[in-house]
Amino acid sequence: MSDLSLLVFLPALGALGLLVIPRSRNSALLQAALSVALLTFLQSLWILYRFDPNLGEMQLVERLAWIPAYGIDYFVGIDGLSLFLVLLTTFLGPITILASWTIRERIKEYLFFMLLLETGMLGALVALDLFLFYVYWEVMLVPMYFLIGVWGGPRRIYAAVKFVIYTMAGSLLMLVGIIFLATRNFQVTQRLTFDLLRIAHLHLPYDEQMWLFLAFALSFAIKVPLFPLHTWLPDAHVEAPTAGSVILAAILLKMGTYGFLRFAIPLFPEAALVAAPFIAALALTGIIYGAMVAMMQEDLKKLVAYSSVSHLGFVMLGLFTFNLQGIQGALYQMLNHGLSTGALFLIVGMIYERRHARMIDDFGGLWKQLPVFSSFFLVVTLSSIGLPGLNGFVGEFLILLGAFEVSPLWAAVAASGVVLGAIYMLWMFRRVVFGPLARPENQRLQDLNSREIFMLAPIVGLIFFMGIYPQPFLSRMKSSVRLVIQRVESQKLAVPLIRGEASDEEKAARGN
Amino acid sequence: MMEQFGLLRFIPLIPLAGAALNILFGARLRPQFAGFLACGAVALSFLVSLAVFWLLPASGVFRDVLFIWIDSEPFKAQLSFQADALTAVMLLVITGIGLLIHVYSLGYMGDDEGMTRYFAYLNLFVFFMSLLVLADNLLLLFVGWEGVGLCSYLLIGFWYEDHTNTIAGNKAFIVNRIGDFGFLLGVLLLFWEMGRQGVWTLNFSELERAAHLLRPESVTLITLLFFAGATGKSAQIPLYVWLPDAMQGPTPVSALIHAATMVTAGVYMTARLHFLFSLAPATLAVIATIGALTAFFAATIAVAQNDIKRVLAYSTVSQLGYMFLAAGVGAFSAAIFHLFTHAFFKACLFLGSGSVIHALGGEQDMRKMGGLRRYLPTTYWTYLVAALVISGAPLTAGFFSKDQILWQAYASPNGSTQLWLLAWLTAGLTAFYMFRQLFMVFHGACRVAEPAKARLHESPAAMTVPLVLLALGSIFAGWLGTPDFMWGSVWDPWLQSVLGVQEAVDDAAPGGELFLMALTLGIAALGFLLAFLLYGRESRVAERIAATTIYRWLAHKYYVDEIYDCVFVRPFTACARWLAQIFDPGFIDGFVNGVASTIRAGSLSWRRIQSGDVQHYLFAFLAGTLLIFAYLLGR
Amino acid sequence: MAPLNYYLVLSAIIFAIGVAGVVIRRNFIVILLSIELMLNAVNLTFIAFARYLGSMEGQVIVFFVMTVAAAEAVVGLAIIISIFRHRRSLDPREMQLLKW
Repeated sequence: MSDLSLLVFLPALGALGLLVIPRSRNSALLQAALSVALLTFLQSLWILYRFDPNLGEMQLVERLAWIPAYGIDYFVGIDGLSLFLVLLTTFLGPITILASWTIRERIKEYLFFMLLLETGMLGALVALDLFLFYVYWEVMLVPMYFLIGVWGGPRRIYAAVKFVIYTMAGSLLMLVGIIFLATRNFQVTQRLTFDLLRIAHLHLPYDEQMWLFLAFALSFAIKVPLFPLHTWLPDAHVEAPTAGSVILAAILLKMGTYGFLRFAIPLFPEAALVAAPFIAALALTGIIYGAMVAMMQEDLKKLVAYSSVSHLGFVMLGLFTFNLQGIQGALYQMLNHGLSTGALFLIVGMIYERRHARMIDDFGGLWKQLPVFSSFFLVVTLSSIGLPGLNGFVGEFLILLGAFEVSPLWAAVAASGVVLGAIYMLWMFRRVVFGPLARPENQRLQDLNSREIFMLAPIVGLIFFMGIYPQPFLSRMKSSVRLVIQRVESQKLAVPLIRGEASDEEKAARGN
Repeated sequence: MMEQFGLLRFIPLIPLAGAALNILFGARLRPQFAGFLACGAVALSFLVSLAVFWLLPASGVFRDVLFIWIDSEPFKAQLSFQADALTAVMLLVITGIGLLIHVYSLGYMGDDEGMTRYFAYLNLFVFFMSLLVLADNLLLLFVGWEGVGLCSYLLIGFWYEDHTNTIAGNKAFIVNRIGDFGFLLGVLLLFWEMGRQGVWTLNFSELERAAHLLRPESVTLITLLFFAGATGKSAQIPLYVWLPDAMQGPTPVSALIHAATMVTAGVYMTARLHFLFSLAPATLAVIATIGALTAFFAATIAVAQNDIKRVLAYSTVSQLGYMFLAAGVGAFSAAIFHLFTHAFFKACLFLGSGSVIHALGGEQDMRKMGGLRRYLPTTYWTYLVAALVISGAPLTAGFFSKDQILWQAYASPNGSTQLWLLAWLTAGLTAFYMFRQLFMVFHGACRVAEPAKARLHESPAAMTVPLVLLALGSIFAGWLGTPDFMWGSVWDPWLQSVLGVQEAVDDAAPGGELFLMALTLGIAALGFLLAFLLYGRESRVAERIAATTIYRWLAHKYYVDEIYDCVFVRPFTACARWLAQIFDPGFIDGFVNGVASTIRAGSLSWRRIQSGDVQHYLFAFLAGTLLIFAYLLGR
Repeated sequence: MAPLNYYLVLSAIIFAIGVAGVVIRRNFIVILLSIELMLNAVNLTFIAFARYLGSMEGQVIVFFVMTVAAAEAVVGLAIIISIFRHRRSLDPREMQLLKW
């Protein structure tokens, strides 16, 4: 088993291993899950070590025939686009398990689903076979459905069903698109395969590209979520348990943007070019809209959820600039959002565990009682509003830089989102942390314990590190991003191809 | 001439280390120790700055490159520092006055429970501020720019339990962000416009070499955007509104951040980018106009304030207006000179007011003071000196620096009589409000309420020593830049290496400068006299003035806050509320849930077909068969 | 001998009667009888064709059908009896548990 496969299946194996531990031994279960997550993280560090930063192509690939009759392979690999998302996933793995330490009921099933979810996410990030990707894509849904539906808040069923059906509605169109792509590829090359790298050579006529792009884009846009497809997000976040919210915000949403970058844009570059202004318009609307709606939220989790809509608007904007700054910034911003919003949900979860309240008005003056908590909260808030010197700024600035090259108007609108971001985050922070400690129930709150500090400290450390020294990240992304850009750029010049005719590359490939 | 100078990095890093130590371990240390740690860090930083100042060769530049910060071709920003004459001056102000204010804070904040936090923030501020002036590229400057904003936010809201403080902090941060919006767009526009000419850089020296390549209209736009940032940070019209509210913070903070250093960042930035601004006469005209208007406008408001710190706050806004006026007429050196002298006398005034407030146990209303001369002699004398300096008393720093600005406003090619007139009137108003304040606080009958009166005391040495030093500085700092008919300026040649040789002012009338000086002195004396007549003696006039409509307008700051609230804040929040409460749940989510419920309603009606009655099914089956037969036969 | 058409028309009439009985009548036993009627109409057609074509296959099939009909009658009647025991009714309109 190669390194990557080991990485993907470690959590799943761990999940199976959990089944043999008796249900009554809570702490043994938790410790086992934690060590599995830690092992996975170590394995991902090993992959980081083996990763060649100068290469743009896929690395550490592994290919096994899976369903040969239909040309479906187990085909995985990693490149600069997926590397840090994989690391983010594994990095947050142990943290989310630590965040689940206080769960009391059905802990075994809970941890089982958490680990299964990690496998699903890692699989989707490294899958290079369209069919395999689709399987992982759907595998992610199931544990999340149960995490929200079983361990969620009062309206958990509504939220879970909405989440699953909404996502599923989009992804089924993508499945149709995948099958169409494979058959189209078969018609052209006489070779049935779902291999992304091979299908990427297919030159589709413009109208087919457009339809396929729409099918893929809808599926990914729901996941992102791109305005106006975002309404499942606040519901899911509000109802999900803390760890669920963290994973949802930090990683599942990135699957949408990652999907655009890995599939929708490189497979259908011409269509992506045509769609770019529209998607950018939606992204910009989302930036402003998410911020304005967030401003008026009374529920902390909802506020953070809407702030995600705004932040992910930035990411989408960056992706569709099709220049190095924009896409690098978007990738970087994905990580930033994963860290800062993940940490925000952790923080909200910590305060919820103490107070069983989430409304902003329930708090106030927490600094006096919870100085450590508030300090972490402050750093994370500042990271979220993109204070220079912290990670958020690097991403936002690169995105603005990229957007400005395409259209100064885009950059101007997006930059006003930065102002709005400061407004709603600081309003919220002021109302929660500052002011008099008026409520008696808040006066007995305990400050963070060491477990909670262990959860937040690595995140905050990364927030600083990524703000001050982003080069190790950016340099590893660069070559892969270049390849994507080249693909799109080449389409800007290419003459429209005749329907169904194979390109020279494929003719050569068929000769082999 | 560039020279590697590895010590530069320590100027910001030492205070950063101080802040980090205080944040991480402060809880376990004695609060007094936190203060000494912070003072020590700034003192070290000051020593390094002195070394830089001393060693810096004429027209030379020190550089210190750490590492590449962001590299995304063609964009590249380094984490690297540079120090030239301009930076050196700024560093001395920041660390020197910063050190005095740190020491002062030891006395002022001595019994505050949040002392560790306070000194950590203060050190952090020195870090960001020195980063701002040491940065060798625009993006790094922006880091410092936003960073000082953060510290200002944290320190304004330092006593967080009072909502007014934290609201003021939020206001400061958000208004600054609005300005930064312009600044950021300016950076982006500059970068791509330069790139279009084949120069991909944000580095100052490289920009300076390539500035002439830019198209004139884009330079105008770029500089206007930068100036938008400056109006936020340096509290100019229309974004000055945050600064008076920022006085909610501890008084040493007001002295350091909101008078001496941070608010001058806009002026510094303008001077740093003088090569761009000089290429954009339209922008310069805007800057000069806004500067002069702000100077005058804020001075009129200061006349009617009763809060001891608010008077000083509006005075700061007004003096910053002077600096922009100078920059706007192309006299960047004069702007920086005024920045330099202003740092001394305004810090002295603020610290003096802090001493008064400290003595009165937190009282800030000047109507409840009076006659404090006897109780706070040191404070009084230093305050008097600083008030004289700011009013432009002859041979003091304020006299020289203000005179230079007025002269440039009148005589420089970009200047005009109108600009001079506004500045001249402001000079009179300045003298008036300063001495109004002085008389209200230190002279006349003591109006302090009884329990506080018994405890009136002069402040401890930690507070008075910085006061005295600053007062001395206020007098003598100006001697660096005297007019040509005295011993001339050592200042201008020193800064010429950075800011370039200023266009020679028309010397056709050598007596012109002297004449203007006399006019300024005259109006300042008039202001002083008026203040004395109205507030220096026991009289009823002041009360009668206070009842007039115009005074009420001034006291309410022309209702600008209220107007902003009505025009911007309320419609915006109403719109956001509509989106959040009606549009999002109603329309967007309503559409989603509407689709779901439509499908549900459809299924509900269609399922009626499944009646459960076997004979219905059979009938349907039969009918279907017949239909198929009919179709097949009829084909 | 009567021509083939006569047999076919007769069997069609009987089949139609059976169909109508199944769809219209409100008693399971009558419905069962109607089903038998339909089966026998089919049987008649088979016989007629077998005779007309001079082949034995049709007659063989008829035996099969009769066997199946007998089995069906047995099972059907058993079900009807059990339903009647439970519900005290043989009206199909009252047996609607399997709806929406």
